[in-house]
Amino acid sequence: MSTTTEAPQVKETTKTVDFKTIIDIKDMDLYYGTYHALKKVNLTIPEKAVTAFIGPSGCGKSTLLRTLNRMNDMIPNTRIEGLVDIAGTDIYSNEVDVETLRKKVGMVFQQANPFPKSIYDNVAYGPRLHGIKNKAQLDEIVEQSLKQAALWNEVKDFLKRSAFSLSGGQQQRLCIARALAVNPEILLMDEATSALDPISTLKIEELTQELKNKYTIVMVTHNMHQAARISDQTVFFLNGEVVEFDQTDKLFSNPSDKRTEDYITGRFG
Amino acid sequence: MNNLFQDANRQQISGRRRNDLIWRILFLGATLFGIVALSALIITIVTDGIARLNPDLFTNYPSRRASASGMKSAIVGSLYMLCLMAPISFVLGVGAAIYLEEYAPKNRFTRLIQLNISTLAGVPSIVYGILGLAIFVRTFGLERSLLSGALTMTLLVLPIIIVASQEAIRAVPRARRDASFALGATKWQTVSRSVLPSAISAIMTGVILALSRAIGETAPLIIIGAATYVAFLPESLFDTFTVMPIQIYNWIARPQEAFQDLAASGIIVLMIMLVIMNVAAIMLRNKYQKNI
Amino acid sequence: MIQRRDFDLALGELSTLLEEMGRRVERALVESVESLKTQDVARAKEIIEKDAELNQLENDIMDIGSKLILTQQPVAKDLRRILVAFRIASDLERMGDLSIDIAKVVVRLEGQPLIKELVDIPRMAEIVQKMIEDSIKAYEREDVDLAYKMAKEDDLVDQLYGQILRDLYQYIVENPHNASQVMLLNFVGRYIERIADHATNIGESVVYLVTNSRPDLNS
Repeated sequence: MSTTTEAPQVKETTKTVDFKTIIDIKDMDLYYGTYHALKKVNLTIPEKAVTAFIGPSGCGKSTLLRTLNRMNDMIPNTRIEGLVDIAGTDIYSNEVDVETLRKKVGMVFQQANPFPKSIYDNVAYGPRLHGIKNKAQLDEIVEQSLKQAALWNEVKDFLKRSAFSLSGGQQQRLCIARALAVNPEILLMDEATSALDPISTLKIEELTQELKNKYTIVMVTHNMHQAARISDQTVFFLNGEVVEFDQTDKLFSNPSDKRTEDYITGRFG
Repeated sequence: MNNLFQDANRQQISGRRRNDLIWRILFLGATLFGIVALSALIITIVTDGIARLNPDLFTNYPSRRASASGMKSAIVGSLYMLCLMAPISFVLGVGAAIYLEEYAPKNRFTRLIQLNISTLAGVPSIVYGILGLAIFVRTFGLERSLLSGALTMTLLVLPIIIVASQEAIRAVPRARRDASFALGATKWQTVSRSVLPSAISAIMTGVILALSRAIGETAPLIIIGAATYVAFLPESLFDTFTVMPIQIYNWIARPQEAFQDLAASGIIVLMIMLVIMNVAAIMLRNKYQKNI
Repeated sequence: MIQRRDFDLALGELSTLLEEMGRRVERALVESVESLKTQDVARAKEIIEKDAELNQLENDIMDIGSKLILTQQPVAKDLRRILVAFRIASDLERMGDLSIDIAKVVVRLEGQPLIKELVDIPRMAEIVQKMIEDSIKAYEREDVDLAYKMAKEDDLVDQLYGQILRDLYQYIVENPHNASQVMLLNFVGRYIERIADHATNIGESVVYLVTNSRPDLNS
């Protein structure tokens, strides 16, 4: 150890990165029947970055995620007030048809849910829905999507095999490839790694770092440390409210709200 | 180590063991009762019928003389009816099931329909015969035709097919629908490309089992007046017809012992046909389970 | 209410160990300067022997802290608490070493009368002792103001050291034959001045712990 006294330099711990906002939520309320599930949510989500939603179970983080591709529409008696703006369009307005929205805002679920079809047909499912029939074009999309999901090298020789022959982690990456195949702008991940082993989880985490160069990623995670590892922005939810959102390193080193600090340090009450 | 097991009450334990053995024997007895009865039945039928199980049975029309009798018209009648019934009941049954599961709003009216269908599945078959007689034979004026028979049988199996198909559709994991919707699929795209392909094996299993029930049915067809003695093959949908169970019934009703043996061989043919249909259903189910 | 009871207990243990280190360092400084003043070699040797205990305390803090990072994945202030414990422990360990170095001077001077009665060095030591006390107090109470106030004292220490340097320089010009003792006394002054710098570092750690910002209290 050196005997000289080192003088630490004054340095900001958080670096400011300029992201363009792609999702802008203003004063949004969501009700399931009479239950007020999301309360006055105001939130901006940066483009081509990873945003993580954290918070205790039932805090509304998954609900908010599902408003972004209107998956909540399928739940009867759901009512939404306020604005959910994606790339300049109110997605709950009449000019938006939900099929196009979901094409642009893809989703990966908690449990890998491939169709009982071949690997190829799983990835080609989306493009076929939207009218692509040309075999060469589909081949190209399937290959590109699987490459982007870092699965191509593992499956390129067995594209005709059932998706169920893959391991859990591979199935989840297949689901990511399937979502990418319709060329979305935004990828929603609803606890996409919570059912996976640590190695598969790491692979998907690494993958998100690749994907954020091209896509905006919004993920719900129960694993706070995963949010800290891979997200650029973290949003903390509690009882249907957004308590705080900030750059991840800032939120995890120096949260501005006491409730956030209590939650992330595990003294939640 | 010894102390751990010393406090066991030996007597109490041997009592429990004896009890266990008694129950085991009772359950075995219950199982054997069915198996023995069924075996006796099969053995009797086979010993009676095996002698007449020759090509003549399949190529001859029924005759007054037992030695010249065959069940050609009955076998063909059954097959014709199967071919008519299968597509009609499949389309109507699966269609109704899709509507009820995927499209119908979940309200009181839907629940009422649901309750009705479940009840209909348990209605005695003779009631369908009366219904068929009233609607198809009389009201629609279809007479005692193959078509009347097929439509009546369709009514009989429809509730069974709807219930089985509903269960098959409901068994498709929600996640599979979500995956499809999340890719921007419409309802019909999701149903046709994701739900039905997943459910089809189970639906087919249900349909085949329902049809095999219909093939063995006699009562409704007798009510609507299927002929018992048909010495020709139906040439159109509106011809009179007969089916295997009716032919067998007819033979059994005769006093001559030769006809009894003939009936036994008819039963063998009918049973083989049912076994084939059941095996097909089991194979489909296995394929379905592999896919989950 | 979810409490991380074991975790909080372990964090408390870290603080206790640090406070214990602080007390020992304080005592080591006071006693070594005292032994210098009275030229008590036996006492000086005693102080030198105690260094091992201080090192052991530092090791304990490193062990507990790294185990907590490994097992508890602390974030936010919990993480800073552990990082700061590491830094303060290493500062205190250095301070302990420097006090030992003073005691070693006492041993080297065995049999030589002092060139003069010591005035400035004990005064300096007194100020630094108070700084150590305050820095540990600031840590205990997470008192940023006290940390800043304590760090200000460092200027006075530097001044005194400058004074000592000048006096010794003058003395050596007049009495060149006593050069070795003058050099050793100069070292003592420098050791104490360094201890004050480390105390200032502790103040910085306290500010970082509380505010997550890293000011430079040395300037």
